[in-house]
Amino acid sequence: MTHAVASARGQALRRGWFRFRQSGLSMLGAALVVAVLAIAIVGPWIAPFPGHVAGGVDTANRFLAPSLAHPFGTNELGQDVLSLVLAGTRISVLAGLGVVVLGTLFGTLVGAVAGFAGGWTDEVLMRLSDLKLTIPGLILAMAVAAALGAGLLNMVIAIALSWWPGYARLVRGEVLARKEEVYVAAARAIGASPARILFRHVLPNIVSPVVVKMSLDMGFAILTVASLGFIGIGVRPPTPEWGTLLSVSRSYMPDFWWTAVFPGLAMFVAIFGFNLLGDGLRDVLDPRARR
Amino acid sequence: MLEIENVTKVYPGRQGMFGASPPVTALSGVSLAIAAGESFGLVGESGSGKTTLTRCILRLEAPTSGHIRFDGEDFARLTPVALRAMRARIQIVFQDPFASLNPRMSVHDIVTEPMVIHRATLGLGARQRSARAAELLDLVGLGPQHLHRHPHEFSGGQRQRICIARALACQPAMVLLDEPTSALDVSVQAQVLNLLADLQARLGLTYLFISHDLGVIRYVCDRTALIWRGQIVEEGTTERVFDAPASDYARMLIAAMPEVRFD
Repeated sequence: MTHAVASARGQALRRGWFRFRQSGLSMLGAALVVAVLAIAIVGPWIAPFPGHVAGGVDTANRFLAPSLAHPFGTNELGQDVLSLVLAGTRISVLAGLGVVVLGTLFGTLVGAVAGFAGGWTDEVLMRLSDLKLTIPGLILAMAVAAALGAGLLNMVIAIALSWWPGYARLVRGEVLARKEEVYVAAARAIGASPARILFRHVLPNIVSPVVVKMSLDMGFAILTVASLGFIGIGVRPPTPEWGTLLSVSRSYMPDFWWTAVFPGLAMFVAIFGFNLLGDGLRDVLDPRARR
Repeated sequence: MLEIENVTKVYPGRQGMFGASPPVTALSGVSLAIAAGESFGLVGESGSGKTTLTRCILRLEAPTSGHIRFDGEDFARLTPVALRAMRARIQIVFQDPFASLNPRMSVHDIVTEPMVIHRATLGLGARQRSARAAELLDLVGLGPQHLHRHPHEFSGGQRQRICIARALACQPAMVLLDEPTSALDVSVQAQVLNLLADLQARLGLTYLFISHDLGVIRYVCDRTALIWRGQIVEEGTTERVFDAPASDYARMLIAAMPEVRFD
């Protein structure tokens, strides 16, 4: 019996994997994401100058151009930019992930309740999320981060607060569609409770679009985290974070371009990877949206 | 067993910014009585209110007026808890077997779900439920090797058998069959109809069999009613309705039935 389960699930997985592999861009995205995640985990340990990551300075070697010893050059404090970028991956990716996960949890909750309950509950929750959408996300995040004080966790909370309405709207729409399915009517006829219908019959069937949106949003979340770092309400130096690194090096452009270009490149690679992966996942999980 | 008394269902019209739609009367003054152990056929064309009636009987929707009683109890007067307990006794098999099974659940989970919901009254443990699920699959002609597969791995006829197994899981007294064979191939239709007849004989079920296929109704049902634009236009034993139809609509329908001779 267990063999039958394994073969059925395995077959579906193999089919999906085959379709995913057909697209070179999807595979590139997956490779980039895996690389970025791997660096996020081991980054601080493979940094060639761990002392610089911890805040050590080496003023004798300020603004060295990229060379073999310092492939990404050094910054205004003589710190190795490669080490900072590698170590910063963890903070940026973790913060991006935190934003997307928090936003998804809260947005899914709001959207599921609104779509499932309907009526006044739906109106109130959706007008709230519309209200949120009228406020530019970055400005709200700035206000919240300023109110809560700087720091990684506060920043994640601040961005997640401006992040949930997208998920709420997506999930509400999916729930509205799913709750008209015949198998939901069948469950009601059996006597299933509303909670059971929502958690067993409706939500499991809307996982795919949510996962796709999470992957597509990851890149943008990383970018938003970096933006907050750039305007100085995110992570404070000496903790390395891509946006903060960019912000500091802004004053040394264009002469010492390497201090800004390499953190920017790291962001580009991460965002590009997550977007390609999201597109690939959408093609596999949501066949209707395929071009 | 099931008494439907003067049931009317009106769907309210809409007053929108871009014009209004008038209210739709899906059922008007429908009265039927179905006795325990019989097969009652309900025939009507598309849009005649057949499906609305099943939804009202199952209390998926509330009728605008009138009463529906099952075993003498009015669904509208039951508390939510009592209503849920009642739902174990009257079950439905839907028309489209491709839409009526949750694609994310295994057959085991689909068939045991009613027993999980009504575990307080049935008193079955997890292991007993699994054993009963295997029994039910056997009853509808599927082997226990199918328990851990998902709906997408089955054909239409097999899926309809799974739907029947789910409907029987709580040992209901009555099963509503909402065009259970119209989405199936002709050869599979006959198998499913024979299965339903066999189950009725073995388990003493009461059927409300809804169809637009007169041949199927004639084959399965003891008594038959004709519904037309939300009203019952004819009711009687199946033989009487087919041999001596009283209303014009019934005469028209039966005249339109294709005659098939195999000799």
